Amino acid sequence: MSAKVKLATVWLGGCSGCHMSFLDLDERLIELAARVEFCLSPLVDTKFKDFPEVDVTLVEGAVANVEHVEMLHTIRARSKLVIAFGDCAVSGNITAMRNNFTVDEVMNRAYRETCAVVNGVPVGDDIVPKLVPKVKPLHELVKIDHYLQGCPPSADRIWELVTALLDGRAPKLERRFG
Amino acid sequence: MTTTPDELGERAEKELDRQKTFRERLHCCTAAGCQSCGGDAVKAGLKQRVKDAGLEAQVEVVGTGCMGLCSKGPLVKRESDDALFLEVKPDDAQALVEASPSLSLESRRVDMKTHPFFAGQLRIVLANAGKVDPERVESYLAAGGYSALAQALTTMKPGDVVAEVTKAGLRGRGGAGYPTGVKWQLVAKQVNETKYVVCNADEGDPGAFMDRSVLEGDPHRVLEGMAIAGYAVGANHGYVYVRGEYALAISRLQTAIKQAEKEGILGARVLDTNFRFQVEIRIGAGAFVCGEETALLNSIEGKRGEPRPRPPYPPEQGLWQKPTLINNVETFANIAPIISRGSAWFSNIGTEKSKGTKVFAVAGKTKHSGLVEVAMGTPVRQIVTQMAGGIAGGGKVKAIQTGGPSGGCVPEHLLDVPVDYESLVAVGSMMGSGGMIVMDETTSMVEIARYFMEFCMDESCGKCVPCRTGTVQMHTLLQKFCDNEATEADLDLLKKLADLLRATSLCGLGQSAPNPVMTALRYFPHEFAACMKPAAKGVHS
Amino acid sequence: MSVKTLTIDGKMMTGVEGDTVFTVAFHNQVQIPRLCHLGGVPDVGACRMCLVEVEGRSKLSASCMTTIEEGMVVRTDTEQLREYRKLLMELLLAEGNHVCSVCVSNGNCELQDLATHLGVDHVRVPYRHPRREVDLSHERFGLDQNRCIACTRCVRTCDEVEGAHVWDMAGRGEKLHLVADLGEPWGNSENCTKCGKCVQVCPTGALFTKGSAVGEMEKDRSFLKYIVYGRERHQWVKKP
Repeated sequence: MSAKVKLATVWLGGCSGCHMSFLDLDERLIELAARVEFCLSPLVDTKFKDFPEVDVTLVEGAVANVEHVEMLHTIRARSKLVIAFGDCAVSGNITAMRNNFTVDEVMNRAYRETCAVVNGVPVGDDIVPKLVPKVKPLHELVKIDHYLQGCPPSADRIWELVTALLDGRAPKLERRFG
Repeated sequence: MTTTPDELGERAEKELDRQKTFRERLHCCTAAGCQSCGGDAVKAGLKQRVKDAGLEAQVEVVGTGCMGLCSKGPLVKRESDDALFLEVKPDDAQALVEASPSLSLESRRVDMKTHPFFAGQLRIVLANAGKVDPERVESYLAAGGYSALAQALTTMKPGDVVAEVTKAGLRGRGGAGYPTGVKWQLVAKQVNETKYVVCNADEGDPGAFMDRSVLEGDPHRVLEGMAIAGYAVGANHGYVYVRGEYALAISRLQTAIKQAEKEGILGARVLDTNFRFQVEIRIGAGAFVCGEETALLNSIEGKRGEPRPRPPYPPEQGLWQKPTLINNVETFANIAPIISRGSAWFSNIGTEKSKGTKVFAVAGKTKHSGLVEVAMGTPVRQIVTQMAGGIAGGGKVKAIQTGGPSGGCVPEHLLDVPVDYESLVAVGSMMGSGGMIVMDETTSMVEIARYFMEFCMDESCGKCVPCRTGTVQMHTLLQKFCDNEATEADLDLLKKLADLLRATSLCGLGQSAPNPVMTALRYFPHEFAACMKPAAKGVHS
Repeated sequence: MSVKTLTIDGKMMTGVEGDTVFTVAFHNQVQIPRLCHLGGVPDVGACRMCLVEVEGRSKLSASCMTTIEEGMVVRTDTEQLREYRKLLMELLLAEGNHVCSVCVSNGNCELQDLATHLGVDHVRVPYRHPRREVDLSHERFGLDQNRCIACTRCVRTCDEVEGAHVWDMAGRGEKLHLVADLGEPWGNSENCTKCGKCVQVCPTGALFTKGSAVGEMEKDRSFLKYIVYGRERHQWVKKP
């Protein structure tokens, strides 16, 4: 029996909705577990530091801060295939709606104007990763092998893409955008 | 008041006799270039000196149009010996008026027959520049003005006029080079009581001021060309669409129209014939796209200055859906000489497919800049190195740019290309309206490409998607090159967008907007390559 | 009126003199992609989606503005055209703020449908993220400039069908935008008859009925038939 396919899922600037949809695979998760090795996923483990060499990574979310930039480049370097998983990854989507404003405007809104916390805007690198000036979809930084649209993509779409990749065939996804 | 064709000749004689009574006539350039460096003060100083010295009966100070050597203004020409004085100051008045010796003035004297800037020129369109006072119709009449109109009205049928223009081989001077005679035929054959003649004076290319100079220096010539066109195609109403920035041209044109109407040269009975022709001015509000003929028509109609899809073309459905003839200022300025001197004379000048002359506004890093008029077929190199004197301070020419934001660059090794429509297109540029910007070795071609794209981006009307959004995206990409941030993928996308704009844009603005980028890429690919960062971290999309 | 025969995508078709290539194709079940064309109001040829190749013409022609000619050979679906349309669509998606997931028209949007149809799976040009206004001053409707693609369907419908001419375009280039009256808040417009035709013809979620939550607003397509019907019977005649 050949070695199991190594799969990772990551979430960057997103709401985790795509991962929730992934959980909607329900009993198909058991079938999937028989065929892949979950190397890393926020669903099971949040440690990212030693991102392993994998076959496929599903990346949820857009690139919104400096940590995301670093993670994405690591993922690209260590994954055979990188999938833009959901609309934020594909187009920036909700995460990128802050691009109409400057980072300062966004931070003030989040930490001063609408919040009772008195500490104000966080400073320093070790507390909250710095936001990048503009949120970007993944393909503006690295090469992407497949795009899975949807906010979130339905469990059926996720299943079709993942099983197609496992079977080595072209996925038969119903076309959609947004 | 009416003026018959015979009276026209008498008026001209009378004016010539008046001119002969002066010992000396001093022609001061009063076009925008010389005005901006103190030309008005020079003219006023000369007039004052004439008055103070009591020489009013012997010396006349005349305001004239652009003499061409704009970089050395204010210019004054002495009629008695055709001497041209450069960088004249009001202090020079005594020496000029009283012909008293002045070493300083002599050092600024050039002989127009031998000075390289003038020697290679052939002046048809600019024949009256520096000779005729644009604010006096008599002065134009004395130079033979309106005799071509009289000749057409009294000795030719409209069809003969069209045939003469067709035989002359004149092509549109607005840039594209459509045969003028063919256009006139198209309008002439339309059966319609109402037709229009429109003069496109919305000259908008950066660095171009040919039409401006013609309107400022010889407005009656344009009106005469329009009236002849009106007679030829059967139109009784003309519009001149001038950009609002050309305040002086507008005022001179207004004066000229008033004078011509007063003399009965324009109006209900042109030169006492049954031909009726009126001209009105429409002032543009500063949109480059209104130089595109269908956007121009929309603007005259009071609509948003947005292009209309063609067909239908203006000769069929133009202004208010009526057959409309649209020609450029310089095209109209060629008409009177063609009628007076005949199509055979005109078609002997130039090359096989491009007849006559072309006016260029030479600007940039050259020693001399200004207006030159050369016979078609003249090598670009002759204009740049001989007439304009090469790069100021002795640098090396890198490339020239013709056709403005719609044109492209011609690199130094191709400067022997002759000035004609086909040859310039073959090297990737175009004739354009006549802007010629000369660049030296210090110029970044990437920056030039970015500059022209910024221009197109700002001037896109926004009606069609490729031009509105594509110019913005191309500009962003070019900015990345200027910032040394670009990748191979950016270059690829830049080329894809260039192709998209060329193929899918609604009007000429968008279709030609990629031209400066494409020629820069064609001749200076290494400059773009030098602006790219190594593709270390994977490729985009 | 004479009948003209032409070939579109290899099939012989006939139309009446004066018909456009787009219309003839449409009546023969060839749907050419389009955004600014709207049956029943005059065409402007602005979106460039309906560009087709016409044999013998060096440039592409907007099929909505190209009248048919005898013997014309038209191709509407070449690989080159598909690529141009796809890139045009990507430019449009990058230009405004088309965030489908939070748009009232999500799932009922012509822009989204066409993007899907053209096989857009991601946008190759960088998103512009312009800062644009939302006008909620009208009692019944809203205008979200973020979703506007400047197709001017609303401008033409309001002018030619309703006769109110509330809408117009202002600014140029990237700053082109829709204005009510002479730049008034829509709710202050004295010309607006509150008929809602503009909302129905809008291909995106730019003009919407207030009170629709995300993905809830379905445009009433029967409305378009009503416009075409009136036009065919010359109930509205274009001003000369």
